[in-house]
Amino acid sequence: MLRAKNITKTFGGLTALDDVTLNVAAGSITGIIGPNGAGKTTLFNIITGIYTQTAGEVYLDDENISFFPPETLARMGLVRTFQNVEMFGQMTVLENVMVGLHTKSRSGFLSCAFKLPRQIREEKLIKEKSIRWLEFTDMTDLAGMRADSLPFGKSRLLEISRAMALEPRIILLDEPAAGLNSRETLQLAELIRRIRELGITVVLVEHDMDLVMDICETIFVLNLGKKLTQGTPREVQENPAVISAYLGVS
Amino acid sequence: MTKEKRQITIFLIFSFVLLVIPFSLRESYLLNVMVFIGIHTMLAVALNLLMGYAGQISLGHAAFFGMGAYISGIFTTRFGLDPWLVIIMAALCAAAIAFAMGFPILKLKGHYLAMATLGFGIIIYIIFNETVNWTGGPSGLSGIPNLKIGELVFDNDFHNYYLVWIITLGVMLLSINLSQSRIGRALRAVHDSEVAARVMGINAWVLKVQIFTVSAFISAMAGSLYAHTMTFVAPASFGFNFSVELVTMVVVGGLGSIYGSFLGAAILTTLPEFLRVFEDFDIIIYGLMLIVITMFMPGGLISGLQLLSQKFFLKFKAKADKGA
Ligand SMILES: Nc1ncnc2c1ncn2[C@@H]1O[C@H](COP(=O)(O)OP(=O)(O)OP(=O)(O)O)[C@@H](O)[C@H]1O
Ligand SMILES: [Mg+2]
Repeated sequence: MLRAKNITKTFGGLTALDDVTLNVAAGSITGIIGPNGAGKTTLFNIITGIYTQTAGEVYLDDENISFFPPETLARMGLVRTFQNVEMFGQMTVLENVMVGLHTKSRSGFLSCAFKLPRQIREEKLIKEKSIRWLEFTDMTDLAGMRADSLPFGKSRLLEISRAMALEPRIILLDEPAAGLNSRETLQLAELIRRIRELGITVVLVEHDMDLVMDICETIFVLNLGKKLTQGTPREVQENPAVISAYLGVS
Repeated sequence: MTKEKRQITIFLIFSFVLLVIPFSLRESYLLNVMVFIGIHTMLAVALNLLMGYAGQISLGHAAFFGMGAYISGIFTTRFGLDPWLVIIMAALCAAAIAFAMGFPILKLKGHYLAMATLGFGIIIYIIFNETVNWTGGPSGLSGIPNLKIGELVFDNDFHNYYLVWIITLGVMLLSINLSQSRIGRALRAVHDSEVAARVMGINAWVLKVQIFTVSAFISAMAGSLYAHTMTFVAPASFGFNFSVELVTMVVVGGLGSIYGSFLGAAILTTLPEFLRVFEDFDIIIYGLMLIVITMFMPGGLISGLQLLSQKFFLKFKAKADKGA
C-alpha cells in the first residue's frame, strides 16, 4: 500500500537517511523502531511531504507521491500524528477534531460568511461526526476544554481523534505512547487495534518495545539512518544486529 | 441559552445601541468621531482576520485603505463615474492586487513577512505622493462627491453615521460568521500549527492568500467610505504611521476578537481627540501600548472585559443563590 523506495536524506553534511526502503502492506500494523536519531521521524516527514528527500521515491498504491505536499496527501487519505504534539492549542478539543473534517466539507468563504442553509447543515454534520470521533477515543467529556490545557496523554489521544476524523486509509503515528503511563499505553494498544479493524493501515514509530512487539505484524529497524533489518516481532527480537544496535555495541 | 442564541443576542444589543446613539448624541463633533470609529472598526476587523485569525502580520494595510480612497476619489472626480460602482470597483481592484501579491509574499514568515508588507506599504504611499496628476500629490485630492441614494445625500454627520455604521455592522456580522465556520477554524489552525493544519488537508498558503484578499477588499471599502464622507483625501492618512496604528488597534482590542477590533478602534480613535500629546508622540504611544498589552494582556482589552464580566456574573449568581 505504502512504499518508500531507496530514500536518502541529507541535512547539510549529515546523512539522516541512507538508501532506506520501507514496504507497508494494506491493512497491517507496521512498526518502525530504532535508537534516538535513527531517522524515524525524518522518514515520516518525507513520506508525509513535509520534507523533500534527497533521493528516492514514495508510492501510495502505485502512485508516485514523492513530491506531493501534505495537504494533497491528506485528501488522498494519508495522515499522521506528531512526536512533539502539534495541537491547535487555542481551540477546544471538539474544534480540533472538527478541523479534521476540513477535507470532508466544502462550504466556501461566501456561504460561511452569509451562513447559507447548506453551510448550517454542513456545520451540524461536522459537529456530529466530530463528537462521534471523540467517542471513539473516549474523550467526549473533554470536548469543551481548550486543547492546550489538556494533560499530555490526552493531547496524544486528541491528535489521533483529529487524524481519524479525516477518515484516512493510512495513519502514521510518531511515538504515540511517549509520555503515557502504563494504563494509558494499554488503552492505546487497544485503540490502535480498533483503528486497524476499521480497515485503516497503521504505521507506528515507537520506543515502547512491549507495545511494538504486542501489536505489530512487521517491524522495520533503523539505525543511524540505515535499515538494519525487517521481520516479524520475533525475528527482530532475536536478531543479534538489533540487540547490539540497542546496546550501543558495534 | 445556547451559545448561538447568546451570540445573536449580543450582536443585536450591540447593533441596537449603535443605531440609537445618534438620537442621544445631537452634538455633531461626537457623531463625527463615531463615523471615524466606524471606518476604523472596519479596518481593524479586516486586519484582525489576517492577524488574529490566520496569524499573519501586515505592516502595510494602510495601503489598501488608501487604494480604496484614491480610486474612489479619482474615478468620481475626474471621470464622473457612479460612486457606488466605483466603491465595488475599488474593492475588487485592491483585492486583485492583494491576491496577486499574496502568493509570493505569504510564502514568507515572521519578520520577513513584516518587512515585505512594510515595503509594499511604503511603495504605495510613495505612489500616492508622486503621481501628482492623478492624486494631487502631497496636497491631496478634494471635491470628492458625497454618496447618495435617490434623494438622500450623505452630506452630514448624522447621515454619514448611518451609512458607515450599517456597513460596519454588516462587515462585523459576516466576519463573526466566517470566524466560526470551517474557514475560521482552518484559519485558526494555521495560526496554531501550520504543519498540523496542512496534514489535516488545509492548503495553508492558498488560505492565507484568500484571507489577505478578503482583508484588502474590506480595507479598500473602508477607504472609499472615508473618501466620500471626508470629500478630501491626502497621502498623510495612508502612511506607515497609520499601518502601525491599525496593528495597535487590533492588538489592544484583542487578536482574534471581532468586538475587540471595535474596542481597539474606539480607543485609538478617541484618545488622540482628547489627549493632545498624541499629536507629536503617536508612534511612541502606539509602541508602548503594544508592549504593555502583549506583555500583560495578550488577549487584548476585550479578554480583560470578558474576565471582569465573568467575575461579576459569578458574584451575582453567588448572591442570588444565597438569597434563595
Ligand atoms: N530539520 C533538520 N535539520 C537538521 N538535522 C535534522 C533535522 N531533522 C532531523 N535531523 C537529524 O536527523 C537525524 C535523524 O533524526 P530523527 O528525528 O529522524 O530521528 P528519530 O529516529 O526520530 O529519533 P527519536 O527517536 O529521538 O525521535 C538526527 O541526527 C537529527 O539531528
Ligand atoms: Mg523521532
